[in-house]
Amino acid sequence: MNIPEPRGPISAGVCALLTGDPGADPSALVALHARVTERVAVVEDLIDDDVQLALFCLYELHYGGLAGVDDRWEWHPGLIGIRQLLEEPFEAWLRSEAGVLTDSVRRPAGTPGSDATAALLFELAARDGGPSVSRHVAKKANAEQLSEFLIHKSLYQLKEADPHTWAIPRLAGPAKAALVEIQADEYGGGRPERMHSAMFARTMRGLGLKDSYGGYVDVVPAITLASVNMMSLFGLNRRLRGAIAGHLAMYEMTSSRPNQLYGNGFRRLGFDAAVTGYFDEHVEADAVHEQIAGRDLAGGLVEAEPDLLEDVLFGAAAASCIDARFAALLLEAWENGRSSLRPLVPATT
Amino acid sequence: MNEIPLHPANASLVLCPDGPILVRGDFDVVMPSGEPAPRQRKTVALCRCGASAIKPYCDGTHKMINFRTEPPDVQGRGTSERPN
Repeated sequence: MNIPEPRGPISAGVCALLTGDPGADPSALVALHARVTERVAVVEDLIDDDVQLALFCLYELHYGGLAGVDDRWEWHPGLIGIRQLLEEPFEAWLRSEAGVLTDSVRRPAGTPGSDATAALLFELAARDGGPSVSRHVAKKANAEQLSEFLIHKSLYQLKEADPHTWAIPRLAGPAKAALVEIQADEYGGGRPERMHSAMFARTMRGLGLKDSYGGYVDVVPAITLASVNMMSLFGLNRRLRGAIAGHLAMYEMTSSRPNQLYGNGFRRLGFDAAVTGYFDEHVEADAVHEQIAGRDLAGGLVEAEPDLLEDVLFGAAAASCIDARFAALLLEAWENGRSSLRPLVPATT
Repeated sequence: MNEIPLHPANASLVLCPDGPILVRGDFDVVMPSGEPAPRQRKTVALCRCGASAIKPYCDGTHKMINFRTEPPDVQGRGTSERPN
């Protein structure tokens, strides 16, 4: 994908640095370090355009990379240091947001078995009581809103499953086998045209949208960036392997029914199976995955490493909080007849 | 590393509490006529509550109808103890 338009001093500094040679200008790195330190100290709401875009660009170096950026930047220690300056407050913010949900979960006495961990996660998922984007899409959304919805989702869905794949070598035994089983299905079971990312691209093309990865990064708001950054944070840090397992379980457990409703919304406006195939696939796939993710992946991980129960719950609750905030933004915009996307004008820095 | 129990048969069925039957391994899903059921994945979840809209497969509806696989007085939800 192309380097996005900066949205403030941090993302402008990161983007400018990335266009140069790694190590060519140590003073620029030092200056950016100071700027980021100063800025994150005063940002209260971490769902901030500048912070989230900078983090997004830094994480992207570990996925498909950014066009024109030297691949050696990926492991440049100075740049990793800047990423950590942004990750620390983001993680702390997520923990504080998720705490409201996780505090109310009644933990079983002793180490929970895999069925008990799955039951805790299903209970957390059932509480998801925020405003429902899926009901709106099913009943009310117009064609422009359906396109907007796909544009938001495209930031993740065009690389669907990738952030959770980072966890595979960090797990062992039943939890590892479970994650590989889910991911193999996400990646089409050997059929590239059935990769979920490829199926999502087909849906986008069906609505006349461009399907290149990150093609709409400049118009998505901070919360959309944050939802992907959260997965990269959990996936790329081994110490957060519990959180990425909990995150996947929550995603799978809150997916079948909404995808049925999304499919209905697209059918309501006359779109055929080429467009709805992605959603229909998820109704069936995620009813399988939620069982494997809850019991074998998250449950298996907690059985092997009981201390990770709290992080499993954290990852699940964080996914739920970010999703609720995304839904609130989308529905608030749509109910007031506005677009939920950012206007396409270069940010002032 | 803990030893993982072996399942000698070629396929295994997992009876998911309050949920579907997860089937893994080497098996065919066939309709009463003998025709194979449409199948897109290796591991499938078979509907057990009867309310799925995509039978024979599960679509998660059991959660909405409060389907329970155990009688109410022996529910072991939220703990690791389950009746034998």
